Amino acid sequence: MRGEGRVRTCIGEADDCYVSSSRAQRGDLPDALWKGIAVGLTLLAMTQNALLKAIVEDKKMGVKRRDFFKIAGVTALSALTATKAVSAFAFGPSGHGGETVSKDNAVRWAMVIDTRKCGKGAQCKNCPSLRACHEAHNVPDIPNKKHEVKWIWQDSYDHAFPTQTHALIKDELKTRPVMLLCNHCDNPPCVRVCPTKATFKREQDGLVMMDQHRCIGCRYCMSGCPYGARSFNWVEPKPHIKKINRAYPVRTLGVVEKCTFCAERLAKNQGPICVEACPEKAIVFGNLNDPKSEVRKILSVSDSVRRKPHLGTSPEVYYIM
Amino acid sequence: MRDTAKVIIGILVFLVLVTTPFWYGKIAAESGKPPVLKVGTAEKECVMSKDFMRANHMDLLNEWRDHVVREADRVYVREDGRRFDKSLGNTCMKCHTDKKEFCDKCHSYSGVKEPFCWDCHNDPNAR
Repeated sequence: MRGEGRVRTCIGEADDCYVSSSRAQRGDLPDALWKGIAVGLTLLAMTQNALLKAIVEDKKMGVKRRDFFKIAGVTALSALTATKAVSAFAFGPSGHGGETVSKDNAVRWAMVIDTRKCGKGAQCKNCPSLRACHEAHNVPDIPNKKHEVKWIWQDSYDHAFPTQTHALIKDELKTRPVMLLCNHCDNPPCVRVCPTKATFKREQDGLVMMDQHRCIGCRYCMSGCPYGARSFNWVEPKPHIKKINRAYPVRTLGVVEKCTFCAERLAKNQGPICVEACPEKAIVFGNLNDPKSEVRKILSVSDSVRRKPHLGTSPEVYYIM
Repeated sequence: MRDTAKVIIGILVFLVLVTTPFWYGKIAAESGKPPVLKVGTAEKECVMSKDFMRANHMDLLNEWRDHVVREADRVYVREDGRRFDKSLGNTCMKCHTDKKEFCDKCHSYSGVKEPFCWDCHNDPNAR
């Protein structure tokens, strides 16, 4: 089983805490063996040192052909095994596979979007969820596509799941509208690349948050995010907001923004506003760590996929097909 | 002496100049008094004492900011047990309704540049 032997390696602050699979399952040899090799390497290095010393001490002679080969051999052997042997002692994320995931918090918010229901209603042409979200969070409506800011948006299945489509896929599925938003990944690449910790994963419930006060607008997170879920404010957003919701802040020129899973509403025990606004009830939100939650129930009986799971980000927005 | 008038005028001008620091100080003190701020609320007490808020409101705001944004800790409990939402727009500005009269007046008196809070946070009572 893929999930076997998972260990939690935790050093320093919570921020530096990753859950990684034990080395035994990712490589070909068990940890103990690699550690043995590491000890062996140290011995090899000592031999190398002794050889060199012998040669240097024998000043009258140049390096003998025989000695040269001895040293070259020892060096090559060290180089070949060193990387792996050293990593046997290392901590940190394993980097590959979609399941390097911590599920041991009490709360892990996740979203399930039923693409079969999405876009079927009379009001869906002008998606009420999208409108509600953008109005509530003062997301500007900028006509220039290059400067567009979006928290939630719609695209076709073909574009949303580029790795799970093919030329002969049925037309209905290929063009099916899919609502896209920040996936609030369990292993968020945007957080790893942010140089100021302006974007961070909230430890208590897994939300990937933005601290606009700390954002310096470097856009590393936008390069890091494989889902295009982040927007940069290329222009002053205020003039492009039709009606400012004064209960929620706006953003300023030069910061990155994205969906927050409505953290401000969650604090008041309300679900995200897109869930509430969807007339087709196509979006469900809940605690993934509660086996009785609606999201878990739906996932246990439906055919669900996630976007680009092979990247190892472990997205927490699930799509029912 | 034919120059009596001129001498007297000269003496007067001299006296006025010499006493400049005294009367200038008097006038400046009148016009340079700290502004009286209109709080505009029936509330008797802020989240902390008046003196604390006067000296440390900026630190309190920064602390609230970090609590809300980074620690999802949104509720402030006052000494007497009353709870407040840690929010500039939705708590502070509820009582201090007039930003111009309350914030700006004192900031401009003490020469404090308008903080960039307002680049993003809305003055809920504007317009």
